[in-house]
Amino acid sequence: MAFKILASQCTQCGACEFECPSGAIKFKGEAYVIDPKECTECKEAFDTQQCASVCPVPKTCVPA
Amino acid sequence: MSAPTISLEGVVSTKSFDRLLATAKSGGCASSSCGLSAKTDDIDPAIWEKIKDHPCYSEEAHHYFARMHVAVAPACNIQCNYCNRKYDCANESRPGVVSERLTPDQALRKVIAVANEVPQLSVLGIAGPGDACYDWKKTKATFERVAREIPDIKLCISTNGLALPDHVGELADMNVDHVTITINMIDPEVGAKIYPWIFYDHRRYTGVEAARILHQRQMLGLEMLTARGILTKINSVMIPTVNDEHLIEVNRWVKERGAFLHNVMPLISDPAHGTHFGLTGQRGPKAVELKALQDSLGGGAKLMRHCRQCRADAVGLLGEDRGQEFTLDKLPGEVIYDAGKREAYREVVACERGDHVAAKSQAVAIVKAADTGKSLLVAVATKGGGRVNEHFGHSKEFQVYEASPRGISFIGHRKVEQYCLGGRGADATLDGVIAALERIDIVLCAKIGDCPKDRLAEAGIRATDVYGYDYIETAISALYAAEFGVEPMAATA
Repeated sequence: MAFKILASQCTQCGACEFECPSGAIKFKGEAYVIDPKECTECKEAFDTQQCASVCPVPKTCVPA
Repeated sequence: MSAPTISLEGVVSTKSFDRLLATAKSGGCASSSCGLSAKTDDIDPAIWEKIKDHPCYSEEAHHYFARMHVAVAPACNIQCNYCNRKYDCANESRPGVVSERLTPDQALRKVIAVANEVPQLSVLGIAGPGDACYDWKKTKATFERVAREIPDIKLCISTNGLALPDHVGELADMNVDHVTITINMIDPEVGAKIYPWIFYDHRRYTGVEAARILHQRQMLGLEMLTARGILTKINSVMIPTVNDEHLIEVNRWVKERGAFLHNVMPLISDPAHGTHFGLTGQRGPKAVELKALQDSLGGGAKLMRHCRQCRADAVGLLGEDRGQEFTLDKLPGEVIYDAGKREAYREVVACERGDHVAAKSQAVAIVKAADTGKSLLVAVATKGGGRVNEHFGHSKEFQVYEASPRGISFIGHRKVEQYCLGGRGADATLDGVIAALERIDIVLCAKIGDCPKDRLAEAGIRATDVYGYDYIETAISALYAAEFGVEPMAATA
């Protein structure tokens, strides 16, 4: 399982990129994108998904 | 007071620049006080050295020097109920708003382009649009690049304080000697009404717990900065019924911890901004409420009254924003820094400022000596340099001064919509200008037409252009003397 970012709601602040413990988030074209092959949903690293916890827009980093 | 041999306007216009440079370098200043540092109050000389060119830290400097913000730090670690960064509009002026984000390399190009065009530039700030300390890598990379190219530019940041304690050492190493922390509460119960959540130590906190952590980090950060001798300004957003009275206690706390300046700003609240406060109808304070609170804080840390609540990508003197002239698409691909213009400007300013300070102290002495017991509220149209030098119809703001037995003091500014566009004045706009000038006794400007002058008179506000191009304080003292029938002292410099 992985998380995804709803591009239409993303403010492109980039906080998720440097909070991601797996380096799975990159800025591509117009928005930040999560690489599903790299995303671990932060399991074993943190209690909550870091991208969803820091994102300023509710329900923007969600399960894919 | 005679006009100086070299005008500041001359320096900022490109045409006369070479001639000016020659004059400045040949020591063409006529003022007897040339070269004096224009120190106004009884401030520690070491501190004066730090603030004398910083428009945000010195009211006096804001007449001469400009700042620019580069929007390199979009990520934030807290949510504030007065902030929404989803929308940005070039016509909006409020903190946290930007039109485009920059990478550190783009920021460097922009800073050099502005330094080459705006000789008043003295300060580079990073004020988000997120948090400069949280988005630290980009803040640091930008400062390192700029400091290499323009070593004398002052660096400053603005932060919510949560990540501040982690970077105080690096800030000191990079010679960042001005830091602004936004502190809206010292009581977490109050904080819970302002901050819905924070992100700290890899998790999201909410409510009173979030506000308590934020408060502890803010106080720790402030104490660490004070210990390092870094000047701090505390910004507080005044939110009626939420933290308005509480800010008196905030003022006491931050003063005890060494804050240099306290800047109380009005909440900007509008449903169209999409902020929590905007959408829930939380109102901002009225001008009189703001002034009453600021006056009650007079005994605390020194108060800043000239803040214009600028955008996170503002460029220019505090009262103007030239950001739209320096958007990425307008920047040259490659820019080389030319120090000449800024240096020449500094030489002229050093001269002009000495002259200004002498004129100012003489003006204050005239008002004090008049001993009338009366006060006068004066609105001034100025475009910088500390002079009455803007046309009434071209003003986008008026600076407000109070002349009283205590002297002449700057007490704030009133923003207005520019009345005259393309040579014609608009009646509806004039109504707005008149409303904004409520309780002002006299308006001083470089030029005003009969029509707006009569309309102002009907509203009980007098306007005059007879003091055009004088120093602001000199004009006010002459006005005060004339108004209350006192003999002006022999006005020789």
